[in-house]
Amino acid sequence: MLKRIMLALLGAALLAAPLRAATLELLNVSYDPTRELWRDLNAAFAPKYEKETGATLAIKQSHGGSGTQARAVIDGLDADVVTLALWPDTDAIRKAGQISEGWEKRLPNNSLPYTSTAVFVVRKGNPKGIKDWPDLIKPGIEIVTPNPKTSGNGKVSFLAAWGSVTQRGGSEADALEFVKKLYEHVPVLDLGARGSTTTFVQKKIGDVHLAWENEAHLEVQEAGGEVEIVNPPISFLAEPPVTWVDANVKRKHTEAAAKAYLEFLYTDEGQAIIAKNFYRPINPAVRQRYSAEFPDIKLFPVTAIAKSWDDAYVKFFNDGGLFDSFYKPGARP
Amino acid sequence: MTTDVNRRVLPGFSLSLGYTLLYMSLLVAIPLAAGFLKASHLSFSEFWAAVASERALAAYRLTVGASLASAVINVGIGVLVAWVLVRYDFPLKGLLDSLVDLPFALPTAVAGLVYSDLFVARGWYGRFLVPLGIQGAYSRLGIVLVLVFIGFPFVVRTLQPVLEGLDRDVEEAAACLGANRLQTVLRVIFPSILPAVITGFALAFARSLGEYGSVVFISGNMPFRTEIAPVLIVARLEEFAYTEATAIAVVLLTISFVTLFAINLLERWSKRHHG
Repeated sequence: MLKRIMLALLGAALLAAPLRAATLELLNVSYDPTRELWRDLNAAFAPKYEKETGATLAIKQSHGGSGTQARAVIDGLDADVVTLALWPDTDAIRKAGQISEGWEKRLPNNSLPYTSTAVFVVRKGNPKGIKDWPDLIKPGIEIVTPNPKTSGNGKVSFLAAWGSVTQRGGSEADALEFVKKLYEHVPVLDLGARGSTTTFVQKKIGDVHLAWENEAHLEVQEAGGEVEIVNPPISFLAEPPVTWVDANVKRKHTEAAAKAYLEFLYTDEGQAIIAKNFYRPINPAVRQRYSAEFPDIKLFPVTAIAKSWDDAYVKFFNDGGLFDSFYKPGARP
Repeated sequence: MTTDVNRRVLPGFSLSLGYTLLYMSLLVAIPLAAGFLKASHLSFSEFWAAVASERALAAYRLTVGASLASAVINVGIGVLVAWVLVRYDFPLKGLLDSLVDLPFALPTAVAGLVYSDLFVARGWYGRFLVPLGIQGAYSRLGIVLVLVFIGFPFVVRTLQPVLEGLDRDVEEAAACLGANRLQTVLRVIFPSILPAVITGFALAFARSLGEYGSVVFISGNMPFRTEIAPVLIVARLEEFAYTEATAIAVVLLTISFVTLFAINLLERWSKRHHG
C-alpha cells in the first residue's frame, strides 16, 4: 500500500515537472520603505497575470538602501525590475550597461508611476509649534534626519530645505546659510531612513523628524498617537522611477512579464494601491479620491534647484560638495 | 641506508599544508590583494586626496583612539573577570562563564542599538548619567562603550587557560621566600600572564578597528567628531566612487596589519623575556 502511494507521488511529481517549467519568477529590487507597497501590489498583480497568461508568476522583493541596492544590481544581483528611490541610482545601472539608453521614455510619465515628498513628523500636539521650514532653525529645536551622503531620505530632506529658500525668492547664499544652520540642529546623522525613525520614535530624540511622506504615515500608525504629521507649505518632489533591467530580463526571458508588471502600476487598480500606501499617484482621478491623504504641498522638482540629478549630486552631496563644507574640524563641541 | 628526512609521525603533511595555503589564499590573501589592486587604479595624488582629507584623518584618529581606549579598559576588566572565573567557585559560575562569549555571537548592531537605547537621556542609564553631563550615546564615549563590549571576550578567553595553568606552588614558594602579596602579584604572577594579556589586548584592539555595525548606531556619525572611517567608505560608495572607497579600505587594512604585526613582535619579545 505504502509502495503504491509512493509510486503515485512519484508519478505526480514527474507529471508536475513540465508544468513547473512555465513558472516565471520576477525579482523586484527596491528601496527600504516600499516593503508594504510592493507586498500589496504583488498580491494584486500576480493572480491577474496568471489568469491572463496561464503562467505561474512568483514575485520576489529585495529591499535596502537605494544606493546599496543599485550597487548590488550592478555587481550581479539578478533584478528583473528596479524600483529605486532616486533617479541617479537607476541611472547608475544604465551607466554600467545593464539598462538601455533612454529608459525613462519606455513607460508613461517618464517612468514615474508615483511621486513622494518629505514632510515633518512632530511630537503629539506639536509642542514646539513647527509649521514651516524657518521654524526648524529656531533656538532649541532638534531635528532628526539621516545623513544625505548615505541615505535617499537624507538627500530629499536636504534638497527640500534648500529649495524652501530658493523657491521663495531667496538666493543660493541664503539657502546655504539656512541649510547650514539646519544641520547644526541635527544631533545625530543616522545612515538610513529606518535608523532615523528609530531615533525619533523609540529613543525620543529630537522635536521634528524630516521623513519620507509614506514613512511618516507608517510612523504615526506605529507610534500610536505619540507623533503627528505636519505638512510644510513647500517641499521637494521626489520621483522614484521604475524600469526593467534589460541585461537580466533578456537572459531570464522575463521581459514581457516585467513590462506587464510595471505597466500594472499605471492602471486604476495599481494607482489605488499606491495611494493607499501613501505614495502620491499620478492619475488625477485616483489622486482626487485620496485627496484627504495628500494635502496640497507646493512641490518642486530637482530641476528647479540644479541642472540635473547628476549636477545636484556634484553640487551638494559628492565628496567636496556643499554638505561636506558644513563640517569643519573642531567646529562643534 | 637512506633516510627520508621529511618523514613524519603523522602522514598528510603536504596535503594539509597545501590545503591551508589554498584556503588562506582563497579566503584571505586574494580578496585583500583585490582591494589593493582596485585602489592602485588611482594615481598617487588621487589616492592621497581620497585617503588623507582632514575628515578622513579625523576618522582614523577616532577609530584608532577609541579602539586603544577600549582595549586598555578591556585588559582591566578582562584580567579581573578571568581571575575570578579561574580562582573562585561560586554559584552560577557556569552561567557567567558562558555569558562572556555572548559578544562573539550577538549581532553587533544589536549591541549598538541596545547601548544607545540605555544611554540616551530617557534610557535606563542615561536618565541618571545625562544630568551629570555624561553622554553615553551619540558621543565618543558611546563608541568606546560598544567597543569594550565587542572586545571583552578576547581578553578573558586568552587569559583563562594561562591562569588555569599557573602553579599555585609558585605563589606559595614566593610567600615562603618572604615575598609579600604585592610582590607575588607583580613579580611572579604578572610576568607569566603578560604575553597572554598582550595577545588579548591585540585581539581586542584589532577587532575594534574593524567594528562597524554597533558603532554606527551609537556614534551619531557626526563628521570630525564621531564619524568612523567605514562610514566614509559607505559615503563614497553612495557616489559610486568604488575606487576611492577602496583606497580608504586599504588604509584601514594597512593600519590593522601593521598593528597586528607590531603586537606579534611585542608578544615574542615578552615571551623571550618573561616566559
